[in-house]
Amino acid sequence: MSQEYRLILKNADQPGYTTDMDCYLRHGGYGALKKALALPVKDLPDGKKMTAQEQIREDVKASGLRGRGGAGFSCGLKWSFVDRKSGKPIYLICNADESEPGTFKDRQIIYKDPHQLVEGMIISCFANDVHLAYIYIRGEMPDGARILKKALADARAKNFLGKNILGSGYDLEIYVHRGAGAYICGEETGLIESLEGKRAYPRIKPPYFPAVLGLYMCPTIVNNVETLAAVKHIVTMGSAEYAKLGTPNNTGTRIVSVSGQVKKPGYFEVEVGKATIGELIFHEKFGGGLKDGRKLKAIIPGGSSSKVFKAGEKFKLKRKGADGQMTAVEVDMLDLPYDFDSLQQAGSMSGSGAIIVVDDSTDIVSVLANLSEFYAHESCGQCTPCREGSLWMNKALHRMSHGHGRKQDADYLLNIAQNIQGRTICAFGEACAWPVLSFVNKFKDEFVAKGAADEAKNHGGAGPTNEMKIAASPRAD
Amino acid sequence: MSFTVPKELETELDELITHYPQKRSASLMFLHAIQEHFGFISPEAMEWTAKKLELQPINVYELVTFYPMFRTEKLGKYQIKVCRTLSCALGGSHALRDHFCQKLGLDSTKHEPQTTKDGKFTVEFVECLASCGTAPVVMINEDFHEGVSNQKADELLGRCK
Amino acid sequence: MSTTETKPAPPPVEKIKIKVDGREIEVPKMTPDWQGKMQPTTMLQACALANQDVPHYCYHPKLPIAGNCRMCLVEFGTPMIGPDRQPVKNEDGTPKIAKSVLPYEPSTPRGAIACATPISPGMEIYPSSPATKQMREAVLESLLINHPLDCPICDQAGECKLQEYSVDYGKATSRFVEEKEHKPKQVDLGPRIMLDDERCILCSRCVRFSKDIAGDDALGFASRGSRNFLTNFPGKKFDNNYTLNTVDICPVGALTSKDFRFQMRVWFLKESKSVCTSCATGCNIVIGSRENKVYRYEPRENDAVNSSWMCDAGRLNYKWINSEFRLTQIKGPKTEWSLALRDIAETLRKAPLGSVAMVASARQTNEELYLLKKLATKLNALTDSVPRTGEGDKLLVNADKNPNSNGAKLIGIAPAQMGSNLPKIAEGIHSGSIKTLIVFGEDVTKCGISADLLGKLSTLIVSDILPNKTTEAAHYVLPGCAHAEKRGSFVNTKGRVQRFMQNTQPKGNARAEWEFLHELVYDVTGQNGFVSIEGLFNQMAKEVPAFQGVTWAALGDLGVTINL
Repeated sequence: MSQEYRLILKNADQPGYTTDMDCYLRHGGYGALKKALALPVKDLPDGKKMTAQEQIREDVKASGLRGRGGAGFSCGLKWSFVDRKSGKPIYLICNADESEPGTFKDRQIIYKDPHQLVEGMIISCFANDVHLAYIYIRGEMPDGARILKKALADARAKNFLGKNILGSGYDLEIYVHRGAGAYICGEETGLIESLEGKRAYPRIKPPYFPAVLGLYMCPTIVNNVETLAAVKHIVTMGSAEYAKLGTPNNTGTRIVSVSGQVKKPGYFEVEVGKATIGELIFHEKFGGGLKDGRKLKAIIPGGSSSKVFKAGEKFKLKRKGADGQMTAVEVDMLDLPYDFDSLQQAGSMSGSGAIIVVDDSTDIVSVLANLSEFYAHESCGQCTPCREGSLWMNKALHRMSHGHGRKQDADYLLNIAQNIQGRTICAFGEACAWPVLSFVNKFKDEFVAKGAADEAKNHGGAGPTNEMKIAASPRAD
Repeated sequence: MSFTVPKELETELDELITHYPQKRSASLMFLHAIQEHFGFISPEAMEWTAKKLELQPINVYELVTFYPMFRTEKLGKYQIKVCRTLSCALGGSHALRDHFCQKLGLDSTKHEPQTTKDGKFTVEFVECLASCGTAPVVMINEDFHEGVSNQKADELLGRCK
Repeated sequence: MSTTETKPAPPPVEKIKIKVDGREIEVPKMTPDWQGKMQPTTMLQACALANQDVPHYCYHPKLPIAGNCRMCLVEFGTPMIGPDRQPVKNEDGTPKIAKSVLPYEPSTPRGAIACATPISPGMEIYPSSPATKQMREAVLESLLINHPLDCPICDQAGECKLQEYSVDYGKATSRFVEEKEHKPKQVDLGPRIMLDDERCILCSRCVRFSKDIAGDDALGFASRGSRNFLTNFPGKKFDNNYTLNTVDICPVGALTSKDFRFQMRVWFLKESKSVCTSCATGCNIVIGSRENKVYRYEPRENDAVNSSWMCDAGRLNYKWINSEFRLTQIKGPKTEWSLALRDIAETLRKAPLGSVAMVASARQTNEELYLLKKLATKLNALTDSVPRTGEGDKLLVNADKNPNSNGAKLIGIAPAQMGSNLPKIAEGIHSGSIKTLIVFGEDVTKCGISADLLGKLSTLIVSDILPNKTTEAAHYVLPGCAHAEKRGSFVNTKGRVQRFMQNTQPKGNARAEWEFLHELVYDVTGQNGFVSIEGLFNQMAKEVPAFQGVTWAALGDLGVTINL
């Protein structure tokens, strides 16, 4: 299905649609909140009663909503882990620290339809008995912070926030909290530390699972912007209707960011799994294909941390046949449905829903050097493998992309990356290792050839090769 | 220590503290507000912040050096941040930054923030600004600019008075 | 009806069975954490119980867990649970173990940090497996790539965890061909501490110690990522009374003691277990010396006294031992020990009862005070010690600056109100009723018995280790020993009886006080005691009620607590 399905971004790009409260209300805004607050206690067949909060939580679970931040974890399940018996307050934090390279979807919601996020957030807080919540927005979105601040103030003025919301007896405050330029704040425990006024050092798990020992050592939910916006729609539509969108186990819609070397980069809201990677890149309604005369070289399917796909790569996917039996089907990389499970089966992930396209005019070593510099710069430096390994890989790749490669550098890089993944405090270890592992493994001949060419040239006394200039020198600061 | 905070700013900061159950949480918002007002965060400002939030100065120093948006010295009146990361790089951000550097007489081989002699401009590379679909992107102070060609860059510079 | 009292049995310790390297062991489910609170036993603690040391840098039993160095990563597995939530069994009926693997790469083991991961029933830990070894090798390699190779001039050499683990997990050559990171060197962190950030492995032990133990949140990390470096706030000196503990817990040579750096290679140090004498806390220490010169004190772990720490003031209070002014010869009519002691004994035997008084320092050992007490009893002498008070703190420093005030009181040298007899002694000398004064380890001119007054005495017998106004006025000066030069015991402020061992030899002709006092007591009273410190202590323990039942051997390295 090569077209958008706009649910969350239904209004965002409509002419005349603004971030004002009035505009939002005219479009039916805060209806879902009113509905949620007014849900009557439900009598269950076994005689038990189900509160409004429990019903919403159940609905979110039934909707199949999976986190849109990167991990794709079931939102309902995440909420169900919250320790509700500790006697401590429960906090909710909206993760608006959008910084996974390639991703620019939360920006659209925040800048164009902030009330939708606020409404989704209020409902989610209500459902989880949260009375104090924060929106952690990345520091580089000062306007976004202002827009959200105003939206919250307007919501307060309308009593969608504050004391005794719409007479329901429910109290909630939400504040905007700004980051200051650290990718690691996207990691939920790093974000919590940052919100506590500390360096964003992710916490060790065990024991610090946010659902039990989160913000101020209290149970805490951290959800992505798009995830919280989706909650509003689940309440409006009902979980059954929402679950009809998308594909089984990959329900709803998702905003896909397409960038890099395509004709029409942009963001596209699609039903999860209803469009293939190929369609998202090549179809006129999406990325519009490559620039003239270029061929596809690689795509990074789910934000820069996801493992790269090489053009022409084939995968075996498990599919349910007409007879109900699972069979393995060979699928070209471009024919992979853009969903959580297919990409995982193909050894990568849909992550934050960001596709970066690389065409054949680009030197693959330089692409990886560029990414590795990002990770070296963003590693928080708390734990050894990532702190040392991320800069090590970056230095090696910088050397390679500046004409001093060696034949053995491919294996050298693979081994360094292998020693990082799975051994760190947080998933940043994977985030910095996976690009290296996948790029070098899949384009090994190019890495080896580059090393060999450099060795030959340098041996002959020639200077550095003329590298494609997208990898700058590692910072001295 | 000659660091004084104007009454209005202090009122704003005091209000920020009320957003959090623990004062320390207000640290980043404090530093943003202080930097906005003074242009950078001096050691005296860090000590002042620490005192205000009942922290030790090292607690604040740790933050200022960890989060790249915080500055410990005064930079140019116009701070030009060019996105360096992959999608922008594929969209020509290196050439764009070189262009800014050449126009402003700065060394294009240097990665870290560089300020023109007259103190008007600072140019630096920053990591992904989350607008990869409109590469290359640039922030000039708090204003965001998308799809910046060399020509557009010249226009932007021209608007910086 | 039985009158026998029985203590209620302690609650049974709940245990769980796990396997370490294939060997099944039962370990307590809960173990005290760094604060002594019961917490689920960790893999690291369980492995220790199985005699498997798990290498680590950031973990320290007395500090909050950080989990950042990753050196303690271990391969492990847990019993497999089937879809029916029941344990899955092997063909032989044993539980099937699901080894922890990377979810995205099931052929690769996923380790857990042993320092922070609780054990669970049936868990299998593989601290010696090839996968575990590989993880350690990788972490060590990462720590070394940017580490300067300055071991030959590094003070930590010989007691460095990087060196130690390099023997087990290091490589002979480095494959790192990139440029090393450079960081601040020779950073003057505070009056007693130097920092080399290039050697630092960012384990944060010192940061946690300062914040959580010393209560001085003074250290932190600046910058980010691989460029992180340890620092204080610029211009704010790292200067609390516990800073030198950070040198001890620094696993590498990043933090060094200004006092000790470049003074001595640690492997040349002769080390002995001893006790700090700077206050009544009695922190357990190790004295390090070479060629009869003391180079350093380091704290020795004793949870009943000082945990793993000691204060800087106490630690650096050793230089007097090496002083060039030490008393090394007998001063008096006879200058040979046996003759001098016989001469003194004769004088004392002739002295009329009650004409002798004695001031014996509460810095003398129990054994010495016990022998002095025997003399005093025989001579019916009025005795006292000199109170010495200063400031205390909440952590270790006691306001009582004598190491053995309790010993002096329990043995009966000092009255309950220490120092209350000193005016009486002064008065006695003034009135002429006291003709002979025995002083051990004090300058009495500083506590109300002036040099003029001392001049009125017909006999002044003094033992000390450094000269002062009292030794100047003495008819006999008997050179004694510092605690480092002898054995003995003290009773600390809480009633902990602690023994200490000899590290260096007495200076010149000096002798341990208990040795010559033993002779003197025999010469004066005719009572023979034990010529060994063990015998002497045990004899004292029989005679002095407070020490009942305690033996020298039972004191062990950590001492015994008695009722005060």
